[in-house]
Amino acid sequence: MTLDVAISHRFDSFALDVAFTAGPGITALFGRSGAGKTSVINAVAGLLRPQGGRIALDNEVLCDGTRFVPPHKRGLGYVFQDARLFPHRNVAENLQFGAQFTHRPAKIDFDDVVDLLGLGTLLARQPATLSGGEKQRVALGRALLSQPRMLLMDEPLASLDGPRKQDILPYLERLRDGPLGVPILYVSHALDEVARLADTLVLLQDGQVRSQGPLFDVMADPAAVPLLGVREAGAVIEAEVMAHADDGLSTLQISSGTLELPGVQAAIGSRVRLRVLAQDVILSLDRPDGLSSVNVLPVKITGIHAGDGPGAAIALQAGSDRLLARITARAVREMRLDAGVHCYAILKATTVAPGNIGR
Amino acid sequence: METDAAAWEALRLSLWVACWATVLAVPLALWVAWLLARCDFWGKSALNALVHLPLVLPPVVTGYLLLVVFGRSGPVGAVLERFGLGLAFHWTGAVLAAIIMGFPLMVRAMRLAIEAVDPKLENAAATLGAPPLAVFAQVTLPLITPGILAGAVMGFAKAMGEFGATITFVANIPGQTQTLPSAIWTALQIPGGESQAVFMVLMACAVALGAVVLSEALARRVARKIAGT
Repeated sequence: MTLDVAISHRFDSFALDVAFTAGPGITALFGRSGAGKTSVINAVAGLLRPQGGRIALDNEVLCDGTRFVPPHKRGLGYVFQDARLFPHRNVAENLQFGAQFTHRPAKIDFDDVVDLLGLGTLLARQPATLSGGEKQRVALGRALLSQPRMLLMDEPLASLDGPRKQDILPYLERLRDGPLGVPILYVSHALDEVARLADTLVLLQDGQVRSQGPLFDVMADPAAVPLLGVREAGAVIEAEVMAHADDGLSTLQISSGTLELPGVQAAIGSRVRLRVLAQDVILSLDRPDGLSSVNVLPVKITGIHAGDGPGAAIALQAGSDRLLARITARAVREMRLDAGVHCYAILKATTVAPGNIGR
Repeated sequence: METDAAAWEALRLSLWVACWATVLAVPLALWVAWLLARCDFWGKSALNALVHLPLVLPPVVTGYLLLVVFGRSGPVGAVLERFGLGLAFHWTGAVLAAIIMGFPLMVRAMRLAIEAVDPKLENAAATLGAPPLAVFAQVTLPLITPGILAGAVMGFAKAMGEFGATITFVANIPGQTQTLPSAIWTALQIPGGESQAVFMVLMACAVALGAVVLSEALARRVARKIAGT
């Protein structure tokens, strides 16, 4: 199932002109507020009729110059930022709403959804009595039970506080990794969510797509640093959990060596995603000795992207993984760093995915 | 007592007229309220003004206009008369007068209720596969039930109390067009008719109070269901 989007639309104050493709798995549409993310997802859902362009799901045109399939005939589930549960129906009735209209074979049934999202104790409750996280889980279940061909999610976690977010994220990972195989278009302005969930990343800025590709590629692209924000940018790599030590550190295996990290919850043998912030990576030409950090990897510089300011983004190859470092342009000059130079990266990594990666 | 029988007859006729007026007007008022709340079309403000006209016109003027249009020689009345559906001096005319006079009140209450429903909920229903009619029936309609009830009670009360337009359009014929207000007015014209008038005034009060209490109870039930308590 592949979604092709190429649309343009002029609003009063800004113009939208985007083209991207969303394949299987989770495709994240990332950008700051006002970048046009919600307009794009609304156009896909049929809630906004773009003035120009075309949207197609596989070979079925959802809208172009002449055709416009109304939202109720698109077969796309939509999870809104503000749950939008029907206040006059209890949780079970909300969940069952979509079933009466769908003719697609059921990929997931009521009991599966209740199980998957942990809704068993909520079924008889009215939406007004639910917490924000519970509402979002019901909204997700309701969308799933309409047997959507694709799931659209517009900042489903944005209205939740930190702990509530952590409650929902595992459900989304289960959805991604489970047997259901529903592709998801996921709109977010939170890079930690995106890094944890997405397979494909589309970067949106001022109504235009600035970069798109597999998550690991885009996150490791030094040119994308200004788009992601210098403090937020950083590569995402996969690691396998090898051991948990008594002092709280865990050993993780990556392609170029091992890392010792605190706070890893995942079971031994499972694969996790690590997000290594570019500003947390230090470069050294010699193998450092006597450092407090034990995470030192031999790397090769593959590219340097100097920004407008005093900083520079350095693309690094570590085994089969790519990393990103952000250091000063002065350091680049003084250390004579250039593409092809071998050096050592000293890093502080933070885990982004306590759960399994599974694929 | 014969006078009491006349009072009961007036009450029966009033209830009959008010019920018919309410039943006929609610769907129409709902449709117009929905048009005014959710649609943009050419002539919207003209429709809005037309709906509200009976609220600002003197009732006698409305009654006269009804007589001109729906009277035996009026453009519409003459046609209806040919099919044996004459409204003038007939209880059905009283129903028409009650509908016209209560219509603005009904539309107002229902329009406010529809505007209070977040269109985002209706959008959400559409993304779940619900065609527009199902969205209205399963999302909008249940949420505006209190507003519909309020509008219906307003319309019913207006129909029970309508006097000026009714007496102008269909006169004051006992058993045919003499509604409770007309009967009270008639009783007050007769020397010594005051006790009968008071009896009917109490009847009118009881009906009005009963309608308000009933609608409040129904609206509370709907609100409780939504609040989930």
